[in-house]
Amino acid sequence: MTDLVNLTIAEALDLLNKKEITSVDLTKAHIAEMEKGRVLNAFITETPDLALEQAKASDEKRANGSPLGALEGIPIANKDLYCTKGVKTTAASKILSNFIPPYESTVSQKLKDAGTVMLGKLNTDQFAMGGSTLTSYFGVTKNPWNLDLVPGGSSGGSAAAISAGLCMGATGSDTGGSIRQPASFCGVTGIKPTYGRCSRYGIVAFASSLDQAGPMARTVKDCALMLGAMAGADDKDSTVANIPVPDYTKALTGDIKGKKIGIPKEYRLDGLNEDVQRIWDKGIQLLKDAGAEIVDISLPHTKYALPVYYIVACAEASSNLSRYDGVRYTTRVDGNSLDEMYENTRTDGFGDEVVRRILLGTFVLSAGFYDAYYTRAQRVRRLIYNDFVEAFKQVDAILVPAAPTPALSAEDMKNMKPVDVYAGDVFTTPASLAGVPGLSLPIGLSQNGLPIGLQVIGKHFDENTVFQVADVLEKMANFDKTPHRVKG
Amino acid sequence: MALNQETIKNLSTLARLRLPAEREEKILSDLQSILDWVEQLKEVDIEGVEPLVSVTQGNTPMRQDEVTDGGLQKELMINAPEEIQGFYVVPKVVK
Repeated sequence: MTDLVNLTIAEALDLLNKKEITSVDLTKAHIAEMEKGRVLNAFITETPDLALEQAKASDEKRANGSPLGALEGIPIANKDLYCTKGVKTTAASKILSNFIPPYESTVSQKLKDAGTVMLGKLNTDQFAMGGSTLTSYFGVTKNPWNLDLVPGGSSGGSAAAISAGLCMGATGSDTGGSIRQPASFCGVTGIKPTYGRCSRYGIVAFASSLDQAGPMARTVKDCALMLGAMAGADDKDSTVANIPVPDYTKALTGDIKGKKIGIPKEYRLDGLNEDVQRIWDKGIQLLKDAGAEIVDISLPHTKYALPVYYIVACAEASSNLSRYDGVRYTTRVDGNSLDEMYENTRTDGFGDEVVRRILLGTFVLSAGFYDAYYTRAQRVRRLIYNDFVEAFKQVDAILVPAAPTPALSAEDMKNMKPVDVYAGDVFTTPASLAGVPGLSLPIGLSQNGLPIGLQVIGKHFDENTVFQVADVLEKMANFDKTPHRVKG
Repeated sequence: MALNQETIKNLSTLARLRLPAEREEKILSDLQSILDWVEQLKEVDIEGVEPLVSVTQGNTPMRQDEVTDGGLQKELMINAPEEIQGFYVVPKVVK
């Protein structure tokens, strides 16, 4: 019997189409694994009954010869930031801990329409604010490679679940690295597409000029398949570009001869982790061996991306999160006046990191400080954007690390200062601010046996080249993605 | 920029948060260290640079202004902490 929980999505689709397995087989195997994997705390809500119902319906479609979706019968899971009609959606917060959306997010609807089966809702940092899942109201998710370590974040539940075989693929969302960094920490693959590629409708908003939906899975090809189903124009989100979505799997030609790959000198930080530096050098060598041309480039404003990101993201968050007022979203803590009720509800309902970011955002938007902080950050953001536009006149893609370290210990992280935690986003925030796509894939292991990923960054709306380069890198690195499996 | 207890109180009021006294000091020092860190943006020459508000490149369509759904009152009210006859209920605001 095939090991159903170690298949890639592409392999499973092949077996389903040959009628060697059914979606019910595949879904049952993953439900069993999900139960065994509860020690990881990857899921906030499991929906096994819904999954089996969807799997049965999918098998019937296949048996009847009905038209099939691109991901027909594949069990996946959604980050608990995606509103799912009739299924609790918490954003890993107390304030939304009982929220049942009366509507479905566009991206999760598109995945349903593509024939996927939903196993449940995955843990994340609270309102996607963090890089560890430590800020989740439902507790930290454990890294399948070493249970004392964080899985990264904010899409840490997604990364851990895929790595441990609890689902075949998952949605993530990325504001400043929330897909790419956990992918690196857990040895999986994930892409933050171009800003404007996927609809944000129905995804709990954090920072609207940065938030972008994206897929996470075990291979580049699986991500290409998933993104094809998730992307595209949407009447409900005018920031989605009205341009065709290519068949990304066609980009996987296996040939990158003559492609120009930029290596930005500003990412060579003083004192960069030796393992990360070694894996980066290895990735550069692999691309050279594949016939790509390596080009030294400069992205001069890189060092300012982190402070710009924290100002812009917190400003937008403080505005987006003002809607949680104790009137419309399930939780309320009473008070003697309307203002007191607002204050009691919000103080009780938001965790420390969320409060910190709301206050910082309120500060940079407040009268007297707006120009000095917020407008200045937006002006530097343009310089960061221009850096990428200039660089892409010389190169087809850029190769950099996804994170400055391998996965960190949960205990150590609890005692870190906010600014030191924020430094973990150093390699991901620049692409977020510029809106360009970035894909993180595992390349090798640290001395301690932990996965380390690299990031391929491309031009606006050129996910094709990103997938093409990453696919070659994946085949050459031949990384063994299976962690020491969690025995239940 | 040096923050003090009063700034924190004012920000909390603006954000409709009520920080217990024992959390105020920690928040103050956290925010102060974040602000000290973002000061580095002052060294960037931004003369003549327009703020970047959105990275979308103009290909963002508007839809027709038509009603596309509605009649969801019952579904929406499921999430109301307090409701009377399809209305959200809040503490009394008029004396």
